Amino acid sequence: MSNLKLRKLKNKIFHGLVLSSTLFALIVLIVLLSDIVMDGYKWLSIDFFKNFTSRFPERAGIKAGLFGSLWIIVITASVSFPVGVGAALYLEEYAPKNWFTNIIQINISNLAGVPSIVFGILGLGVFVNTFGFGRSILSGGLTLALLILPIIIVSAQEALRSVPKDLKHGAYALGCTKWQVITGVVLPYAIPGILTGTIISIARALGETAPLIMVGAVTFAAFTPESIFDSFTTLPMQIYSWTSRPQADFHNLAAAAIIVLLAVLLTANALAVLLRDKYQDRIKG
Amino acid sequence: MVENVKVKKSHKSSSKKNNLTQQKPRHGENVIKGILFLFALVSIFTTIGIVTILLKETVGFFKEVSILEFLTGTEWTALFANPKFGVLPLVSGTLMIAFYGSVVAIPTGLGCAIYLSEYASKRTRKIIKPVLEILAGIPSIVYGYFALTFITPIIRKFVPDTMVFNALSASITVGIMIIPMVSSLSEDAMKAVPDSLRHGAYALGCTKFEVATKVVVPAALSSIIASFVLAISRAIGETMIVTLAAGSTPNLTLNPLESIQTMTAFIVQVAKGDVEHGGLIYKTIFAVGMLLFVITLAMNILAKLIIKKFREEY
Repeated sequence: MSNLKLRKLKNKIFHGLVLSSTLFALIVLIVLLSDIVMDGYKWLSIDFFKNFTSRFPERAGIKAGLFGSLWIIVITASVSFPVGVGAALYLEEYAPKNWFTNIIQINISNLAGVPSIVFGILGLGVFVNTFGFGRSILSGGLTLALLILPIIIVSAQEALRSVPKDLKHGAYALGCTKWQVITGVVLPYAIPGILTGTIISIARALGETAPLIMVGAVTFAAFTPESIFDSFTTLPMQIYSWTSRPQADFHNLAAAAIIVLLAVLLTANALAVLLRDKYQDRIKG
Repeated sequence: MVENVKVKKSHKSSSKKNNLTQQKPRHGENVIKGILFLFALVSIFTTIGIVTILLKETVGFFKEVSILEFLTGTEWTALFANPKFGVLPLVSGTLMIAFYGSVVAIPTGLGCAIYLSEYASKRTRKIIKPVLEILAGIPSIVYGYFALTFITPIIRKFVPDTMVFNALSASITVGIMIIPMVSSLSEDAMKAVPDSLRHGAYALGCTKFEVATKVVVPAALSSIIASFVLAISRAIGETMIVTLAAGSTPNLTLNPLESIQTMTAFIVQVAKGDVEHGGLIYKTIFAVGMLLFVITLAMNILAKLIIKKFREEY
C-alpha cells in the first residue's frame, strides 16, 4: 500500500471513530428516554397527578411533589432573579475596574463549580440551623436560589454585554441618567437573553435533589404545603424515594414521575431557546 | 462688529444660566447603585458562608477525632456503635467513580468534539449540538434511575456475581453524564483555533486526520485538558447517581463490581437519617463536606491555571 493510501485509510478509520463516539452519545440519550417512557407510561393517569404517595403503588401519585416543587421554585425564582440580574447590572454597568470587582467575578465563577451537595450543606448549616427556618420550603427555596445564582449572574452579564454601545451613548447624549439608560435602553434590549438564562437555571433548580435532601425534604408526604414554613417534598425527591425501593412497581412509578419532570424541563428549555431565537438580532446595533 | 461681540457675550451668559451640568444631586441614583452592589455581594457572602460553616463544624469534629486518623485511617464506620473515622475508603470510592467515569467520558467527549468541530457539516452540527445539550440538561436523579434499572441489570447479565449496588454501573452513568461537558468545552476550544492554521496544513497536503490530531488538538490542548479536569471535578461532586447505584458500603477496594460508598453518598446517608443537631455524626457531614469542597475547588482552580499558563496565542 502506498503511503498516501495508508494516510487516507487512517483518516477514514479516524472519521469512523469520532463519528461513532458522537453516535454513542446520541444513542445513549435515545435509550435512556425510551427506557424511561417504556417503564413509566402505563402508570400515567389523572389519578397519578391527584393522589399522594402511598404504600400501595397503584394508589400512589405525585400531588405532594408537584405542589412542593411549585412552592420551592416560586421562592427560588423570586430571590435569584432580582438578585442575579441586580448583581449582573452592578458588575457590567457600575463596577469600577479594581481588585474588588475582580474578586467578585472570580468568586462567581468558582461558585459555579461547587458541587450542589455543598450548597445543601450550606443550607443545612445556615438556613435550617443558624437562622432557624427549620426543614421548610423557605430553607429549600433559598438554598436552591444560592445554587443557581452564579449561573443567572453569568448569563445575565453576557446578555448585558451584548447591548450595542451606540444605543447607550445615544441615550446618554439625550441627557439620560444612568438608571434611565438602564431601564429605558439596556434592560429592554437584554431582557430576552436574561430570561433565557434564568429559565435554564430555574429548570436546573427544578431537577435538583441532593441539596434538598440536605435541608431535610421529606420523602413520604401526604399533604400539600400551606405556608413557606411547612415541610415539603418535591418531584425529584419523590422519584428518589420510589427509585430507592426494591419493588419493580415503585421503579415504574418513579419512571412515570420522571416522564412528568422531563416534560416540564424540556418545555422550559424549548421555551428558553425559542425566546433566544425570536429576539436575537432584533435590533441591529 | 461691536454688536456681534455683544451678541456673543449675551449668548455666553445665557448658556451659563442653562448650565448642562447636574443641577441638584440625584440621591436616587446612588441608592440604586448601593442596592445593586449589595446584590453583587451576595455571592461573596455565599462563599464566606460555605467556608465558615464548614470550618466551624469541622473544627468541632477534629476536637473529637484526630485529624491524622481521619486522613490516613482505612476504616470508615461512622454510623456504627464503635465508630472509626478513616476517610480513605470514601475517598477511594469517589476516585474510583471519577476514574472509570473519565474512562467513558474523556474519549467519547473528545471524539464528539473532534467530529463536531472538524468533520461534521454545518447542518449536522446544528442538529447534534442541541441534542447533546439535552443530555447535559437531564437531572442527575434521572441518570441515577437509569443506572440502577438499566445499566446494572446489563452488567449483572454479563458478570452474574456483580453486586446489585456496584461502582461500575454508577461510574459508567456518571461518565455518560459528563460527556456533554467534555465535548462542548473542547469543541469551543477547537473552534477558537484560527482557520489559517488548518488551511496551512491542508495546503501542505495533510489529511483531515492529520489536521485534527497534529494541528487543531495540540493548538487547543490547554483548554481540552482543562475540560477534562472540570469534568472529573464534576464527577467527584456527583451525588444522586452514586447514592442510588453505587451502594452505601465504605469499602477500600479496586474492584468496580463491589458495592462502595463515595463522600457525597455518605453525606446524603447521614442527612437522610434523623441526626441530632450538634452531635458527632452531624459534624461528620461537615468534615467530609470540607474535604469534598477543597478537592473540587482545587481542581477548578487547576483547570483555570492550565488554561492561563499554557494557552497558545495566535
